[in-house]
Amino acid sequence: MNDTVKKIRILKDKIKEISQKDISIMEVCGTHTMSVARFAIKSLLPDNINVISGPGCPVCVTSGTDIETALTMARDESKIVCTFGDMIKVPSQGDNLGNYKNVKIVYSPLDSLKIAKDNPDKEVVMLGIGFETTAPLIACAIKAAKQMALPNFSVISMHKTVPIAMGAILSDKDAKIDALILPGHVSAITGRKYFDFIKDYETSGVISGFEALDIMECIYLLVDLYNNEKLDVINNYSRIVSEHGNKLAMDTMYDVFETCDSGWRGIGTIPDSGLEIKDEYAAFNARKKFGINVSEVLDPPGCRCGEILMAKAKPSDCGLFGKNCTPANPVGPCMVSSEGTCAAFYKYQ
Amino acid sequence: MHELINGLIMNNLKNGILERMDDSAIMENMHAGRIAMTTDSYVVNPMFFRGGDIGRLCISGTVNDLATSGAIPYALSLSFILEEGMDIGELERIVKSIASTATEAGVRIVTGDTKVVEKGKGDGLYINTCGIGHIPDGVDISTYNAKENDDVIITGYMGNHEVAMVKARELIDFDIDVESDVAPLNKKIEALLKKNVDIHCIKDPTRGGVASALFEIAEHSKCETTIQEDALPVHPGVRSVCEIVGYDPLYLANEGKYIIICPSGSTKDVLLEFGKDAKVIGKVGKTGEARLLYETAYGGIRRMGMLETTQLPRIC
Repeated sequence: MNDTVKKIRILKDKIKEISQKDISIMEVCGTHTMSVARFAIKSLLPDNINVISGPGCPVCVTSGTDIETALTMARDESKIVCTFGDMIKVPSQGDNLGNYKNVKIVYSPLDSLKIAKDNPDKEVVMLGIGFETTAPLIACAIKAAKQMALPNFSVISMHKTVPIAMGAILSDKDAKIDALILPGHVSAITGRKYFDFIKDYETSGVISGFEALDIMECIYLLVDLYNNEKLDVINNYSRIVSEHGNKLAMDTMYDVFETCDSGWRGIGTIPDSGLEIKDEYAAFNARKKFGINVSEVLDPPGCRCGEILMAKAKPSDCGLFGKNCTPANPVGPCMVSSEGTCAAFYKYQ
Repeated sequence: MHELINGLIMNNLKNGILERMDDSAIMENMHAGRIAMTTDSYVVNPMFFRGGDIGRLCISGTVNDLATSGAIPYALSLSFILEEGMDIGELERIVKSIASTATEAGVRIVTGDTKVVEKGKGDGLYINTCGIGHIPDGVDISTYNAKENDDVIITGYMGNHEVAMVKARELIDFDIDVESDVAPLNKKIEALLKKNVDIHCIKDPTRGGVASALFEIAEHSKCETTIQEDALPVHPGVRSVCEIVGYDPLYLANEGKYIIICPSGSTKDVLLEFGKDAKVIGKVGKTGEARLLYETAYGGIRRMGMLETTQLPRIC
């Protein structure tokens, strides 16, 4: 048996040993959602520890209005729409980006610059999705486009920032969240200190990596803090995350973007939780460049993802679950993500 | 055009039956007993990729399907739907690939058809093949036959084909050394059956990968199956791609692998036949409820299901 396996087994026993009270621990990162599922973390924990998937997958929480905005670009064959992969299945009013041949999946925003250079007769529109992790990359792409004076490249910014949304969830008095697994990738950019604000909501957090051992250590630390009624924000991913983060990335992000209100699928509009392109870079803002104006697309009636994300309801409480909302035809973010709370519940019910 | 294509096909694939150009292929009766039949259409894009092409795929896919029942492939049909403007040089490469793969699999193409559709109405080339084979007496292999305590074997690395396709489609731009595994496997099954090795199930984990295929076997045989995380053979290149873009190798498509379920007494022979990358990845548990379980090295257990939709590169 290797060291990691031994350590995980020891942690499993230790968590069981110290765990006394019921505790709900929320993770707020898509990769943590996947890791918790893939490493079967829940099966290693006693029943009184409840691990919930929060709104941590930026693709899953993209609003219908934002998808509709992207679709107006995709429906115009003279444009090429570049996006990260999993975005193409997010639904809006019976349509999704996967239905259009001129939608290209890219892995890096810089790929979309190359596509723009190679296709000078086409307008290339990059969908700017993600939290503090990807926003600096898109900011770099915009700055590079400005430097190269690329006339046919623009971005629809749908970026969101983590702290405001977490604050909105933690301040909801009905939400049953006792502790947070803090996102490792986002923290690599923002630094540990960025998350100190969660203590104002009487909640502790531990920044975690993505291996099974990382997550088990994180849960152990959170249970220990909770038992001892201590408040802290611990960096347990110090091999990647520093106290103050990547200043260059943060500066680049706020050089290009400014905060704006943002719509979250399943939750609604959260003031100041989004990032819009500053006027200085308006030439690269597709919304302005093409005068895109779509009317608001409301979340489908009956979707209870907002409550499920905050541990106020279970998937089976939702009238759409398993009928109008399935992994092949998802409605809300908890089903859009393949390991979201509803998708996992559907698969293993 | 038609003459050119027919000439090309005949030069490469001719045999006593195909050459007659009759409307139906007349063959000797194979053997008494049971026959197996299967068909599949191949619409892969791009048509050429590292490790193979649509030609190798359209023969391997069909003979591999036949051999899952223990059948020995006997004859294949081959039908082309060509898009007008298809490059003749590329077509020739594909026909030659069909010829060499059919030789490797020891099967003849006895009948065929070619249609040409207008430019823009196809994707270069679509191929349909249909195959028949005979099942030797006494052989009973099916996804309904998994029994408690059987070993679950995968005959090599998982996911190479799909990762090679993702690379060929330029969805990822990093350099990886991964080739498609597309290959005919019928000769290996034939060799095992000749040695009277007892096999309960054979399944080719194509679309949906190993996990979806095992879930289907669990449903058909109404059994619980547990696979072990630390036993799964994954090529380092495939593992890297999975880590970076968020794929699960258990759900990636294969075109030259089998899942073989057999009593533990047969395991050694199966592993020997398929070589060093073949591994025992799990066990069939009790019968009753259909469940697929995944056990981690540290004792975590989770349930797995079928692949619901295509895996997509994730940003987070």
